[in-house]
This record gives sequence, C-alpha cells and structure tokens, in this order.
Amino acid sequence: MRSLEPWVEAPLSTFLAESGARITLLMTSSGQVVAQHGFTHSLDVMSAAALGAGIMAATAELSRVMGSRPLDAVVHQGSALGIHLAGFDTPRGRWLGLVVFGKETSLGLVQLFFGRMAHDLGRAAPVEPPSRPVLAENFEQELNSSLRSLFGR
Amino acid sequence: MRFADLLAELTRIPGVRGALLVSREDGLVVADALMESVDGKAVAALAASLTGRMNGVTAALGHPEPVSWQLRGSDGMLLAAPAREGLLVVAVAAAEANAGELRLRLLSVAGRAA
Repeated sequence: MRSLEPWVEAPLSTFLAESGARITLLMTSSGQVVAQHGFTHSLDVMSAAALGAGIMAATAELSRVMGSRPLDAVVHQGSALGIHLAGFDTPRGRWLGLVVFGKETSLGLVQLFFGRMAHDLGRAAPVEPPSRPVLAENFEQELNSSLRSLFGR
Repeated sequence: MRFADLLAELTRIPGVRGALLVSREDGLVVADALMESVDGKAVAALAASLTGRMNGVTAALGHPEPVSWQLRGSDGMLLAAPAREGLLVVAVAAAEANAGELRLRLLSVAGRAA
C-alpha cells in the first residue's frame, strides 16, 4: 500500500484487511491519485484514476439530466471480478474510491467497509490542508514525486 | 407469497428485532423488516460472509451444507438459514427470544422464500 499522505494509511489498511479487496485506489474527484494498493505499474494507476474519475463525472451528468442527485456509487459485477466505484466527502474535498474485488469477498462487505473507511478518513483528515499549489512550471516534478511516493522508487 | 409477508412471520415472534432476505453471493439486502437500531446492510454483508465461510468448513470436512446456523451473544443472537435461488434468511433477536421457535419459523420461511 502506498499513500501520498500518511493519515490515509490507517483507514485504508483497515479497509483492505476487513473487505478483502484486491486493488484499491483513492483519488480526488478530478482523478489525482492519493493512495493505492495492488497496482504494480504507475501507468495502470494513472489510467484507472482517469477512467474512474471519468465514469463518476459521466454518471453525475447523467443524474443531472434525469433530474436526480448525483449517484454515490457505481458497481460493475463480472463473473470473476467486481468493481465498486464510489464518491465520498472529506475535509479535503470530494474523493473517489475505486475497489476491485474477487470471489473471496462480496459486494456487501466491500460496501460496508468502504463506508466505514470514508467515515474514518473524514475523521483522520488534518484540519489544515497542505498549501502547495501545483504550478505549470513544476507540474512534471510534482507528478514524478507523487509517482515515487506511490511506487517507492 | 410476498417477501414482506414471509419476514413478518419472523418479526411477530417476541424478541425478534428484525429479519432479512439476503443475497448470499454478494451480501446485499433483498428485503428487510428491521427495527431502527439494526444496521441491515452490516447484518446482510456479515451474515452472507459467515455463511460462505461455514460452508467452506463443512465442505472441507466432507459434510453437506448446513441448513441453519445460530450465533449467540450476551445481548442477542443471529440466526440464518440458506434458501433457494441463492438467498439467505436472517433473523436478529434479543437474548430472551425463544430460539427454538425462531429456528423452526426460520426454516419454514427459508423453504418458501424465492
């Protein structure tokens, strides 16, 4: 498990242990990765984050067209794998969680412990957000730094 | 018979705090009749998981799938019985509820669910 912010680790570790999820990706609603477990390639993380954020944005827009509130979660259930993609509010803004799980657990367990993780993250978040705006001139450096943190190299 | 009518057969037993029909594979609530204090989603997810693990144990021992199980604590108990179509009937009851009557009714409901 790799995280950009240390306070995310405890709630995420508990979630991974309780839910039996294979892969978990936490990101901002714009697709900026905050923490990940289970990925081995940075390109996969960036692709999954972008796709997950895109799916949630698309369903939010679909809900708006239907005159409904934005959907909280999207589930894709396959014969061997399931994907649970859900949004939740934190003191740092709205985050998304993408969870891939197999037959060794269930959607009910994933949803149950995901809700608890979202609650725990809300409580664990420091009051003061980090005030380091990512500017165009240091974007690449910031990105590389984040990837090193997420993959330990 | 409607699911609500089946669950009502369980909740009318004194001491029963709630009853649920749960999808065994994904641990989600199919139908419920619960007191406000009972977290149906948690009960469904954990009962389905426990059922799967128990089935794993009995299969490893070479025994057939259990027809019901009961978990008893100091404040209450949880009973569950697999039904057809991948369903699980679950009841949450206070410790003083009549476990024998509840188990019989649970098996009856499980036989007719789905």
